[in-house]
Amino acid sequence: MLRSPTVDAVMAQERAASFTKRSIKSSAKLAGLRLALSMLDLTTLEGKDSPEKARALCRKGLHPFERDEAMLGERLPSVAAICVYPALVAACREILAGTGVNIASVATGFPSGQYPLSVRLDDVRKAVGDGADEIDMVINRGAFLAGRYDEIAQEIREVKRACRRPDGVFAHLKVILETGELETLDNVRRASDIAIRAMAEVDAEAGIDAPGTPDFIKTSTGKVQPAATMPVTLVMLEAIRDWYLETGRLVGMKPAGGIRTAKQALHYLVMVKETMNLDVPGFEHVAGNPWLTPHYFRFGASTLCNDILRQIAWLKTGRYQAGYDFSEA
Amino acid sequence: MAKPANGTTTIASPPAAEFASGWTYAPAPESVKVQIKPRYTHFINGVWTRATGETFPTLNPATEQTLCEISQATGGDVDKAVAAAGAAQPKWAALAPGERAKYLFRLARRIQERARELSVLETMDSGKPIKESRDVDIPLVAAHFFYHAGWADKLAYAFPGRTPRPVGVCGQIIPWNFPLLMAAWKLAPALACGNCVVLKPAETTPLTALRLAEIIEECDFPPGVVNVITGDGRTGATLASHPGVHKVAFTGSTEVGKKIAAATAGSGKRLTLELGGKSPHIIFEDASLDQAIEGIIAGIYFNQGEVCCAGSRLFVQESILDDVTSRLRRRLSTLRVGDPLDKNTDVGAVNSRAQLDTIRNYLRLGADEGATLHECGTAPLPAKGFWCRPSFFTGVQPSHTIAREEIFGPVLSVLSFRTPDEAVARANNTPYGLAAGVWTDKGGKIFDIARKLKAGVVWCNTYNKFDPASPFGGYKESGFGREGGLHGLRAYVDF
Repeated sequence: MLRSPTVDAVMAQERAASFTKRSIKSSAKLAGLRLALSMLDLTTLEGKDSPEKARALCRKGLHPFERDEAMLGERLPSVAAICVYPALVAACREILAGTGVNIASVATGFPSGQYPLSVRLDDVRKAVGDGADEIDMVINRGAFLAGRYDEIAQEIREVKRACRRPDGVFAHLKVILETGELETLDNVRRASDIAIRAMAEVDAEAGIDAPGTPDFIKTSTGKVQPAATMPVTLVMLEAIRDWYLETGRLVGMKPAGGIRTAKQALHYLVMVKETMNLDVPGFEHVAGNPWLTPHYFRFGASTLCNDILRQIAWLKTGRYQAGYDFSEA
Repeated sequence: MAKPANGTTTIASPPAAEFASGWTYAPAPESVKVQIKPRYTHFINGVWTRATGETFPTLNPATEQTLCEISQATGGDVDKAVAAAGAAQPKWAALAPGERAKYLFRLARRIQERARELSVLETMDSGKPIKESRDVDIPLVAAHFFYHAGWADKLAYAFPGRTPRPVGVCGQIIPWNFPLLMAAWKLAPALACGNCVVLKPAETTPLTALRLAEIIEECDFPPGVVNVITGDGRTGATLASHPGVHKVAFTGSTEVGKKIAAATAGSGKRLTLELGGKSPHIIFEDASLDQAIEGIIAGIYFNQGEVCCAGSRLFVQESILDDVTSRLRRRLSTLRVGDPLDKNTDVGAVNSRAQLDTIRNYLRLGADEGATLHECGTAPLPAKGFWCRPSFFTGVQPSHTIAREEIFGPVLSVLSFRTPDEAVARANNTPYGLAAGVWTDKGGKIFDIARKLKAGVVWCNTYNKFDPASPFGGYKESGFGREGGLHGLRAYVDF
């Protein structure tokens, strides 16, 4: 059985809190906010979602602030991806095909995952077939808490294989641990290690060498409280860091749920900067820290977007805009 | 949509140019400005003495600029201060305990209200990062006064069946590493127990003690209850041996502590000493390593390592020695050294030129004796000021000077061990015994090791945790007597 390092919860919480003490000002703040915007997986995961809602979200993601050039004198970045239910992938594709903004689809019986494996795998194949670039799967928490770790790993491998398109290229997989249900940081670390290894095994089967497919581990569905927290994200980043140091493979990180303010997003970026200082070759443009790019770090959020825009507008104009000055999606 | 091979996706927005250096934090200077007079005098019997006689400058160690001139107390000044305390003593002791508590509560609240000002002043005078003075020093100062204010009218319950009486006039001599916090540790229990005090802050960091005297004045303490006199070691020596002083409390070096012990011997003076340390961390292979590293970093680089209980010896189980060393190196590279008034600074300036010279001497000695030095970062340090990069030595043997003597700087010695018994033997193999840290995920092992360590404080899976309710003090050459908690009160009462 996999031996994961233990985590001392008290000190991990203290370390996570220390990142919130950094004071991010002026130029650093502006750069951090632009980066956070480009790292967004702009998300809607409601039972009432419709194709029209998905299309509106895609437009918002492509051009988050329509008056940016007029008001701020710059074109702000698009978000990284739009995250929707599988039924809405086709609608997103109408708008996003060829734009560089990815389509992320939740799958595998999101958010509970309490369906037969065959159903979950069909869910993945359908979403990939409809054009999803990224698949956000949920792990089987019941199996995890019952100690059936091999079963978890096996299911992740199956899902990852189902992410392979006919052309042989993999849709990127994000494994949602649903840390709010795992409860302890020891469990978070173990689940992270299981997911990271399982994904790498399928890459190895397919002959993909390091750094590997940029797959992710992700904290939460957003349907369970608590969702993303700083200590949980720290522990997951440490698992990703240790895996890189051991194998040279790069895995992405996506905290999701509960990150609503620009300030919170900056705290997470501080954590990324100060935890993932690994001098990775090929990433000199970000001082060797791949997790300071949208390729390896994402925020799963919806309301965060407009708060980032509001703060950017304040930094550039010295005035706070009203909430209604920013379009809803 | 065009997709390159596995490995990358095309994402519309490349990161901004600011990220080429890894997202550099913009300067975040503390904006509060404090008033500093050009010259300070002594606070004796509720008034500030006339500005006459010898003075010396107090510097900002980060800029080497003179902040102001400080008066050197003469024998006459010490006499006056001790006499004022002696005169105030009977009335202060006779005051209803609840009334004494009111003064202390008022002082604690006023400290909280003026916390930012005190933090900035502390940082300017001592070189410690504003992050620490703001989040650790000053909150703890207020906490100590609040805590002891609560004891003032409950002393009979602290010592059941006995009648606690004040000791009398207390001569209190404090160090430069936590100037205001040490003042609080000394003043709060003394005042709560009904004693009057002559306090002498360190000559390089007198400003916050003087500001505290202003706050005490503002709080309308009876004249003579607290007297603050400034000066160098000569003033301290005169105060410690003054016949009118009934109790001496000293925090500082073991060398000076021994002199004070000799000077007070046979005089009937009560004495407590809180002296140096060479505190060990023991980290077992079953520890939660990332969190242990955090504790070790906090243990040795907090306040530039100028901490009596700094965890300056790290004993690592041999099986994880390389792993721990590389984690330590990686973590060290994220520490930000520089302007103490910048809110993002982790390690500030060393307190004085003399202390910097001492630290540098040990760095040289360590290398000469064959240990390997690992320094943090290469970013240039400011041209002016007393700076020392956080560093650690590997390949240290228990016989090395850097493993035996207190450096009082941001320098860690990494040693190894193989079995728990060896770890305990090596950790206890020191003339000091102030604090220790144990790191393991195994509960049984924690209690076993903690019990065997000869140290006044043993922190388990954490380090540098302070609370007014928790007694602090040492074994062996780290001194005697306790400060804080019930135990700390004992030094300030007679039966």
